[in-house]
Amino acid sequence: MFTWLTIVTALRILRRNRLRAGLTLLGIVIGVAAVIAMVSIGEGAKQAVQKQIASMGTNVILIWPSGTTVGGVRGAQGGAVTLTVGDALDLKKKIPFLTDTGWYTRGAMQIVNGSHNWNCSVYGTSPSYLTIRDWSYSSGGAFTQADLDSAARVAILGQTVVENLFDHGEEPVGAAIRINNVPFRVIGVFSPKGQSASGWDQDDVVFIPYSTAERKVLGTLFLGSVGAIAASAARSEDLEDAVEEIRAVMRVRHRLQREQPDDFTIRTQVDMGQVQEGTSETLTVMLMVIASVSLLVGGIGIMNILLVSVTERTREIGIRMAVGAKRVHIMMQFLIEAMTLGVVGGLIGVAFGILAARLTTIIAGWPTIISSDAVVIAFIFSVAVGLFFGLYPANKAARLNPIEALRYE
Amino acid sequence: MAVIVNPLIVCQDMWKVYRIGDVDVQALRGVSLTIERGEFVAIMGSSGSGKSTLMNILGCLDKPSRGHYRLNGADTGSLRSDQLAEIRNQQIGFVFQSFNLIPRTSALENAQLPLFYRGLPLKQQRALAAAALQRVGLRGREEHSPTQLSGGQQQRVAIARALVATPSLLLADEPTGNLDTQSSREIMDILSELNKDGMTVILVTHENDVAACAAREVVIKDGQIQSDHVTKARTHVAEA
Repeated sequence: MFTWLTIVTALRILRRNRLRAGLTLLGIVIGVAAVIAMVSIGEGAKQAVQKQIASMGTNVILIWPSGTTVGGVRGAQGGAVTLTVGDALDLKKKIPFLTDTGWYTRGAMQIVNGSHNWNCSVYGTSPSYLTIRDWSYSSGGAFTQADLDSAARVAILGQTVVENLFDHGEEPVGAAIRINNVPFRVIGVFSPKGQSASGWDQDDVVFIPYSTAERKVLGTLFLGSVGAIAASAARSEDLEDAVEEIRAVMRVRHRLQREQPDDFTIRTQVDMGQVQEGTSETLTVMLMVIASVSLLVGGIGIMNILLVSVTERTREIGIRMAVGAKRVHIMMQFLIEAMTLGVVGGLIGVAFGILAARLTTIIAGWPTIISSDAVVIAFIFSVAVGLFFGLYPANKAARLNPIEALRYE
Repeated sequence: MAVIVNPLIVCQDMWKVYRIGDVDVQALRGVSLTIERGEFVAIMGSSGSGKSTLMNILGCLDKPSRGHYRLNGADTGSLRSDQLAEIRNQQIGFVFQSFNLIPRTSALENAQLPLFYRGLPLKQQRALAAAALQRVGLRGREEHSPTQLSGGQQQRVAIARALVATPSLLLADEPTGNLDTQSSREIMDILSELNKDGMTVILVTHENDVAACAAREVVIKDGQIQSDHVTKARTHVAEA
């Protein structure tokens, strides 16, 4: 009963000082809205990163040759060419975790179509590599095992390559192009993948069968040597075990002694994703902190206005005490007023926060995800801020001496 | 047949000492006073005589530094501030010189205030407050805010607020101090009438003609009772 009437009284007092209450609310509104908008942007960024990681394929493990160590001098990663097609086939045979293995060799080549020419990375891969890395096609399709076996001169082009080699509207599939002066037929065009997590253009590529690359275009250091091996696991939980087994099999195949370091490096998608995700996590936390500070400032606004209110209404407090209000009654009155500010500010803030996130997506084109957690937490936090900053003024009011309060001018 | 009832108010050798800076100010110096139920007492004295201090103690807004104050047999000296608040709520009605209504709040809601803190249902609060306003002649003004009322009317709202909780003691501190003669007379008439109906009324004033309404006159000077005499035959004796 008392609580309800006090809420009604508090609301009436706030309505009476509309402008003042509004300005006080503004602090909380901005704070809550900022928290929600910032978290939405942070979450959006995080999801964008996750999408990039997913663009590498699902549950992918990559194996590169390690840097060489010659007489104590370390070479760059991939400096030695130690991986072979045999490694890849053996891994698939020996490790049941792996659904497939693929491989590639790579080189930069001049590509010519009629009067256009372009220079980009040419990958000679197994057909399995295409499936592992989850490439899809905007037109045409992939080369097959038969193409690999026969070293067919067929090529799949990335979107960027198509844009540079073909006129607008010209159909690339079926066209004849020359790679390093060797004639090829275009059999497919990749759907765009966009930038990789590390920033290079994943669409600036040409894929040809490994055997064709080895024998006719790129050449290899020795027969069957590859630049890297890719493997895919059925389940992401298996990745860790798969890595261990790959390491074991590879060490045996490469005849490494116990004291010798690995001559290869194994990375999983998870490893590569962690760095990126960590970055966006930091971003989210930073945005949260900034937004929380503004919420805190809003809380100080509440405290300020309540202190003014206590002073202004000293006489009223005295009257209430004279007719029998206990300290807890006076305390409750001001706390409820503070909480009302928190609740109303929080609700308006939630609305503005969601609006701000939407507008960010519409205007700036940034991906945003409105997380219900952030909304709930921001709202609870705003009520808590109201309560916390209301405590001091409420206590001050409750501790007034009724005689002095009654005499206050 | 005479029935012995214990008095409403018993003050025994009350002292009140304030400390202002390094100086002790003795506002009350051994006041002893007994007031029976149904009395109409005027406490008189010049400013600084200690009558306000006495009034605050009688109204349970303050406690004596030494001595005892018993209201309805309860010694207030040993009570906590919340217990004093409860006594004020249940047993005491205040009427102040400056009306002390809550601004921008209707007459009805002002009159309701003591019942609000008693936790009565809203309906009952409203009904009792409306009845109290009617008793002081403010029927039809329930929804007026203090600024829409004259001084006399405001004081009547204050009296209604004091009455609404059916207290055993009505304390009026210079109730006519801010009013013109006409309004003053009306207020005093209401107080006299309430007293006739059995309410114990204590009036603090420095105006002789206001004090003349009371049946007993207590004069305070320098924190002590200078004189205490009955000016009128008691018109009413409380019955047990």
